[in-house]
Amino acid sequence: MIRPRKWLPMPLLSVLLLIVWLLLMNSVALGNWLLGGFLAIVIPLITKPFWEEQPRIKKPWLMVRYFFRVLLDIVVANLEASKVILDPRGRARPAFVEYPLELQENFAITMLASTITLTPGTVSAHLRMDGKTLLIHALDVGDIDDMKRHIHERYERTLKEIFEC
Amino acid sequence: MIALYTLMEGIIAFFLIAGSIFALIGSLGLARMKDFYMRLHGPSKISTLGVGCILLASIAYFSLLESGPSLQELLITIFLFITAPVSAHLLSKSALHQKLERDPRTRGNPEELQEDDDEHTLEESPQGSSKLP
Repeated sequence: MIRPRKWLPMPLLSVLLLIVWLLLMNSVALGNWLLGGFLAIVIPLITKPFWEEQPRIKKPWLMVRYFFRVLLDIVVANLEASKVILDPRGRARPAFVEYPLELQENFAITMLASTITLTPGTVSAHLRMDGKTLLIHALDVGDIDDMKRHIHERYERTLKEIFEC
Repeated sequence: MIALYTLMEGIIAFFLIAGSIFALIGSLGLARMKDFYMRLHGPSKISTLGVGCILLASIAYFSLLESGPSLQELLITIFLFITAPVSAHLLSKSALHQKLERDPRTRGNPEELQEDDDEHTLEESPQGSSKLP
């Protein structure tokens, strides 16, 4: 992991900017590396005052695993949601679920909320002002407690390990 | 060589068709579902995969059959995956704020949807409004 320096306040953002630049130009010529590298250093320096404190990613390899797990779940989520939509009898079992959050970092909560929206049958609807409860709308759910446990074990615990432990 | 070409075309066609079917189902969800909150599920999830499949087909087409590797489309996918949940979240947040009606079968009764004379107390009381431990 690259440590933040004075001239490189947010290494992760810089790497991301460089990748986005190279993808946008659709070429890996030396000139693009130089210009992209320049932008990747200058943009974070200029925009630094606007950023919130960034959490440190403690286990990058876990992050990669999490990414692929979510990618797989998105495909499963789509097949399940399609089944509910195409069901001619319309037997969806919608529910509002209040999910008690254990995460505290804003960025980690954002990741969890986005994951919940993209994965099986759930859309995160509202984060209460106290930042401890996430209101989730589920499209088709049998056992509500079971769903909460599933979210906790599959996503929240991993995110907690990545950002907080 | 020709067999390979046909195979590639088959894969690209498969992704294109799968993508369009998912997009169709997503839009069908908009029409078939009963209340606002359920309608939100279709576009926020299914269309993401629909567009994802079509972009995969686009990457495969330009990388394999046209000039060299082309990964620009990945950017569209990444931005879509970042923005779709956010817009879904904001839509449902405003729906909750307006207390839109929900399907009678919906279980759970969040305090955001309960009838209240003074609407502002919910949002402005910062602590202790949660019923959960």
